[in-house]
Amino acid sequence: MRLLKLVPDDTNIPFLKWRVPFFVVSILLIAASWALVFTQGLNYGVDFAGGQEIRATFTESETAPVAELREAVGALGYGDPLVQRFGEPNQVSIRVRLPDEVTGDKEAADRIADQITGTLQSEFSDFQLDGRDTVSGKVSGEFRQSAVYALLAAMLAVAIYIWVRFEWQFGVGALFALFHDVSLTLGMFALFQLEFSLQIIAAILAIIGYSLNDTIVVYDRIRENLKKYRKMALPELLDLSVNETLARTVMTSLTLLVALVPLLFFGPASLFGLVAAITLGLFVGTYSSVYMAAPLLLWLGVDSDSFIPQESVADRQEKVARGER
Amino acid sequence: MLDFPTWKKLWLWGLALIAVLAALPSLANLANRAWPEPLPSPTVNLGLDLAGGSHLLLEADPAEVATQRLQNLEETVRTTMRRAEPRIRIGDVSAQGGRLSFLLDDMSDVDRARELLLPILNGSGLTRDWNLEVVDQNRFVLTPTSEGIDAAVEQAMESAVEVVRKRIDELGTREPTIIRQGDNRIVVQVPGLQDPEELKALLGETAQLEFKLVDENANAADVAAGVAPPGSQIFPYVEDSPFAGQSVAVRRLGGIRGDNLVGAQQTFDQDNQPVVTIQFDQQGAARFGTLTSENVNKPFAIILDGEVLSAPNINEPILGGSAQISGNFTVESANRLAISLRSGALPVDLAIIEERTVGPDLGADSIRKGMIAMLIGSVAVIVLMIATYGRFGIYATVALVINVLMLLGIMAALNTTLTLPGIAGFVLTIGAAVDANVLINERIREERKRGRRIVAAVENGYKEASRAIYDANVTNFIAGVLLFLFGSGPIRGFAVVLVIGLFTSVFTAVTLTRMWVAGWMRKARPTELNL
Repeated sequence: MRLLKLVPDDTNIPFLKWRVPFFVVSILLIAASWALVFTQGLNYGVDFAGGQEIRATFTESETAPVAELREAVGALGYGDPLVQRFGEPNQVSIRVRLPDEVTGDKEAADRIADQITGTLQSEFSDFQLDGRDTVSGKVSGEFRQSAVYALLAAMLAVAIYIWVRFEWQFGVGALFALFHDVSLTLGMFALFQLEFSLQIIAAILAIIGYSLNDTIVVYDRIRENLKKYRKMALPELLDLSVNETLARTVMTSLTLLVALVPLLFFGPASLFGLVAAITLGLFVGTYSSVYMAAPLLLWLGVDSDSFIPQESVADRQEKVARGER
Repeated sequence: MLDFPTWKKLWLWGLALIAVLAALPSLANLANRAWPEPLPSPTVNLGLDLAGGSHLLLEADPAEVATQRLQNLEETVRTTMRRAEPRIRIGDVSAQGGRLSFLLDDMSDVDRARELLLPILNGSGLTRDWNLEVVDQNRFVLTPTSEGIDAAVEQAMESAVEVVRKRIDELGTREPTIIRQGDNRIVVQVPGLQDPEELKALLGETAQLEFKLVDENANAADVAAGVAPPGSQIFPYVEDSPFAGQSVAVRRLGGIRGDNLVGAQQTFDQDNQPVVTIQFDQQGAARFGTLTSENVNKPFAIILDGEVLSAPNINEPILGGSAQISGNFTVESANRLAISLRSGALPVDLAIIEERTVGPDLGADSIRKGMIAMLIGSVAVIVLMIATYGRFGIYATVALVINVLMLLGIMAALNTTLTLPGIAGFVLTIGAAVDANVLINERIREERKRGRRIVAAVENGYKEASRAIYDANVTNFIAGVLLFLFGSGPIRGFAVVLVIGLFTSVFTAVTLTRMWVAGWMRKARPTELNL
């Protein structure tokens, strides 16, 4: 049986030839992402904004009465609700943010939630409550804080580990690649105003995990080649390393992609945001390993001396004692 | 590298087998099949987001505990001073600013009063609950120590958890989870509960019942204006009472608390109105008897959670230890109050600060759709792996299947919960396992291309690829541990799966496949490597 080969042997694609334009574009994309996050804002779900989200099915209807719902909930005076289709055409999610003036009362969210559910149950005869999340402003603030701390702590610790196992340049490179991935994911969520919930944090974590995996595979090969080819120019060596790992990169990405795509199209609606983010991150993460993590090594001045075993103090003393110096 | 002695093989197979066996009850559970009773059945708990149910986060206010404690201290101090022989007279009692202060009328009582107070001020353990200061010679100031407040909050929370448990049990729901979280929070999870209204109403009631004598001398205009006469307190009527909007002045001291109850039922009175009948224990019955016989023909107020239910006249002494609480009840609200009183009063008011409810249909639907999608995805991955790596691809997919089962089995054995974010962790773990095999196989291809002999190529492939696999897994492990430490609920759900999955994926994708490859090469002695 002839086996499938996705990448031909001995590719020699000059990836790093375009490193400057790509890097500039990446920096611009990162900047644009943050600009979007700060101007458009993230469409925080109730996890982070507080308030409540109701998921409901209208069992007797073909499609959910979105406009009527908006009106009915809006009439209660808690601001304009966000009504979106969720899954089937007769299923919706209704989100209401907490009015600012009541967030001081930690039970306000819960009371308003009860009122809205009650109203909908009496006004729409085929209203079936599928689920409901109510998060008070206090708890959502804690969620925001703990998510940021967890992400920062994890990224920093990982960078330190890579610094210890490789060299400081690699640590900085990996950290920057992760920053790139997180920024672009956030930018995408700000641009399309997709709901940003705790689930998405889990997705970002998966993206970081995947991207890190990818970066380390490339870095490991660079480390190996740095030891092997002492005299090779760095740009050439980086290109060689990326090419040597190309078959693996393509294969791994493709395998993950074929696992994710069915989940995207046939999976439950509640998983859609999560899977969409991970799928997007797959591309971003692969790209960043090649065009962020690798070129940064070049500019941060890695050289093959980094991995030559260093003469320790004891070695030197021994040599001095033997009169070799 | 490729040398596997028999003991090592047995050990590896045994390890995999145990973990896979541990997954079987969970699989049976997912497929809705019964698992034979006598066998041990560790199962992965499905989070409420997957299985359906209600999740409530309740929070107590520590300041409230402190206030109550101060009130209790005031009563104890007053009683102690009154009962002292001879009586110690005190005045100008104030409980403002979180501390209690009072003046001794007779300065010569200072030493005696101090002597009497000391046992009250010392806590149950080695700590001291209150600091006593005597200022201006005869003013006593009692300030709570932080250890004392902490201990009180701790105690209040412990009994609050108990009360919450009793109340939920009364609802007859199955397998609720009730756990303390942090210093002053309680998480309540009830699987399968679709409408949490009843539960919330039940937990929202503190159910502190008090019987206090009405202050008949109080000026009606003052009471209406909210000005309490000395020694009295003002309580409003409950909202659904016929006297709603009005208030009653009651004597602060000398009342009875409804915490000495042995029973409470919803019954009907002679007019067929729903009421709650309560039974005091012996001590409570005696005190209630004394209170009612000393105050025949005077009104007393029945106060629930700071609101007056009713203020009936005491027509005759009530000596049997049983009493009827009338209010403007419906059958449901009377029943609820009966449950709350039976389970005891909550020592603190609990606020619901987070609620998540997922209907069981939605949960089941999520699982079904997720299963189908994962099945399609798995078939695609298997086809791709086998088409690309042939025999090595078969090893990789078998390892992948064992990986998933082991992960499930270990999670079941550790009694962890699988949530939606946990599924993201699953996806990442599977990705890492696939990647490990891709790395190894691509490396073997490379080594062959460089002209190494088969055995050397395979050995080198595993050795060289392992370095990157090791580094990648350690970094993800570090990230996982930090996420667990710093993250909140859902992030932890992800981290747990990630960390366990790292171990199972390295074990299956590297160790197990190497064993299989080694076994095959030993037996078949291949002359050509189709890779």
